[in-house]
Amino acid sequence: MTKGIVIEGLKKRYGTGDTTVDALKGVDMQVAPGEVVGLVGPSGSGKSTLLKCLGAIIKPSSGRMRLGDEIIYDDQWKIPDLRALRRDKIGFVFQAPYLIPFLDVIDNVALLPMLAGERNSVARKRAVELLEALDVGHRAKAMPSQLSGGEQQRVAIARALVNRPPVILADEPTAPLDSERALAVIGILNEMASQYETAIIIVTHDEKIIPTFKRIYHIRDGRTHEEAGEGKSSRELIKNGK
Amino acid sequence: MISLAGRDILHGWGRFLLTGVGLGLLIGVTLSMAGIYRGMVEDADVLLKNSGADLWVVQQGTLGPYAEPSSMYEDTYKGITGMQGVALAANITYLTMQVREGIRDVRAMVVGVVPGGPGEPGQPGYLIAGRHITASHYEAVADVKAGFALGDSITIRRNRFRIVGLSRRMVSSGGDPMVFIPLKDAQEAQFLKDNDALLQQRRRITDNPLFNRPGVPGLLEAVIASQTTNLYVNAVLVQLKPGYRPEVVAKNIHRWKQLQVYTQPQMRSILVDKLIATSAKQIGMFLVILSIVSAAIVAFIIYTMTMAKIREIAVLKLIGTKNRVIASMIMQQALGLGAIGFVVGKIIATLWAPYFPRYVLLEPGDAARGFIAIGG
Repeated sequence: MTKGIVIEGLKKRYGTGDTTVDALKGVDMQVAPGEVVGLVGPSGSGKSTLLKCLGAIIKPSSGRMRLGDEIIYDDQWKIPDLRALRRDKIGFVFQAPYLIPFLDVIDNVALLPMLAGERNSVARKRAVELLEALDVGHRAKAMPSQLSGGEQQRVAIARALVNRPPVILADEPTAPLDSERALAVIGILNEMASQYETAIIIVTHDEKIIPTFKRIYHIRDGRTHEEAGEGKSSRELIKNGK
Repeated sequence: MISLAGRDILHGWGRFLLTGVGLGLLIGVTLSMAGIYRGMVEDADVLLKNSGADLWVVQQGTLGPYAEPSSMYEDTYKGITGMQGVALAANITYLTMQVREGIRDVRAMVVGVVPGGPGEPGQPGYLIAGRHITASHYEAVADVKAGFALGDSITIRRNRFRIVGLSRRMVSSGGDPMVFIPLKDAQEAQFLKDNDALLQQRRRITDNPLFNRPGVPGLLEAVIASQTTNLYVNAVLVQLKPGYRPEVVAKNIHRWKQLQVYTQPQMRSILVDKLIATSAKQIGMFLVILSIVSAAIVAFIIYTMTMAKIREIAVLKLIGTKNRVIASMIMQQALGLGAIGFVVGKIIATLWAPYFPRYVLLEPGDAARGFIAIGG
C-alpha cells in the first residue's frame, strides 16, 4: 500500500515523571485510498489522541506516519508547514458541524481552496459541485443557522472534501443525528471515499453505524486491534430499519 | 479571498453598529473635552485679537488688566498718545459682575469703552446686529452668549442700559460674555456705593475736623467729590503706527511713564500660561483619563468580540488559516469599529458643541490624533 495513510508504532506520552500518561502505546494502522474504516473504543482509550496526532494537531512522542507517498512524521515532523498539511492533505469532520456562522454555505466550503490560494470563482465552482453531489446545492446561499442538523453536517463533509485531501478524519460525525440521518451521512462518506479516492477514518461510539464498516480498529489502553466488519450498505440498513 | 471581517460585520451589523455608536459617544466626549481646552486657548487669542491693541499699558508691577487688578489715572492715555510710534491710545476698564435683565442675571465681563470710537483699541470688533455705542451714557453692546436681544434693558448696579448692538466671540478668559458700556458708566459701576454708604461717608468726612475747616472754604466739598468719583481706569490699550516694533515702543513707555507694558505675545502668555493654566491642566488631566478609559473600553470590546468568536477562530486555524489572516480579521473589525466610533463621535461632538456654555473648538488635528489613538 503506497497511498492512503499508514501508521507504525505511534506513541504519545503526556506529562513527565510521576504524572506521565501513555495515551498511545504503539498504534499500527493502515487505511487505503477510498476505504472507510471505523475507530472504536471506550472513553479514555486514546481515540481522540490518535485523531489529534493524525490531524497534526498534537505532536506524537515517537513512531511513523505516512500520508500517500509522503512521510509526515518519523519521530519528528517531516513537514515544515503543518498548517498547509491540515489545509491541503487532511479533511476534518467533527461531531458538531462547526460551520463559520457569518459565511453562507457556499463560502463555508469555498474558504479552504481560497485559503490555499485558489481564485474565488474557481473555489466557489468546486464548492457548488460538491454541495450538489451532497444534495445541498439548493442551500448554497443559505446561512448555516438556516440549515437543519443533517444539512449542516453534509456541508461540513463538503468542506472536508473540497481540497480533495487524501485522508478525512471524522470524529463522531453522526452523534447528534437520528439513525436514518446518521446512516445517510455514512453513506455519503462512503460514496465520497470511493469517488475521490479518499481514506476516511471515523471515530465513533454509534452502534447503528458500526455494521457499515468493512474494517474496524478497536483501540484499548493505547493499542489498536484490527477486525473485519460487516460492511453493510447504509441504504440496506435504512431499509431494514424502516 | 473573501473578507472574513466584512462578512462577520455584515452578519451581525446591528450589534456592531450599536457598539460603534456607544464607542462614538465616548469618543465624542473625549473630542469635546479636547475642544473645551482648545476653546479656552482660542478664547484667549480672540480676546487679544478683538481688543485691537498692540500694547497693554497697566499699573506698574501688575499683570493687569485680565490677570490682576490694575489702576491708573484716566488721563494717562494723553501722555501715551504723544509718544513716538503710538497711533491710538484708549482707556478701558474691565469688571466681571452680575448683569440683570428682568428677573434673570448673567455673569458678564463689563467693559468700559470710550463711546463713538469704533476701530479704536478696546472697542467691540464687528457687530452681528445693531450699532456701536454713540451716547455717553446708558447704552450697551453685548455678546450674543449673554442671551440679550437688541432693545433689551439691562441693569448694571443701579443704572439701566439699553442694548444697541450685539457682538460675537467677545468673551473673557473665564468664558463670561462681554458687555460694553460707556467708560464713565463703567468707572462709576466699579466704585459706586449705595446711598446709605454715601451718606455715611459724607457724614464721616464732614465730622472730620481735618477736612471740615471753617477757615478753608471749598475743602470739604473737594474732599467729598474726590471720594465719590472715580478717575481711574484699568488699562490703556495702544495701537502702533506701521513700522514701529512693539518691544521698542513698550520699552519707551515703561521708561518714561513708569508703567507696565505688555506686548501681544506677553499678554497671551499671561492669559494662557497663568490665567487659564489651572483650568487647562484640570481639563488636560481629565482628557488623559478619558483617553485611557476609551482605549481600555476599545480593548475590552475587541477582546469580547474575539472571545465570542473563539470557536470560529479555532475552526479557522484547524482548517489551515494563517494566523496573519485571523489577526487581520480582528484588526479590520477593530478599525471598522474605530471608524464608526470616530465618525459618530465627531458628528456628536459637532452637534452638541454649540450647547456648551463655553466655546468648544474641534480641531481636525485633535480628531486625527483621536482616530489614530483608537485605531492604534
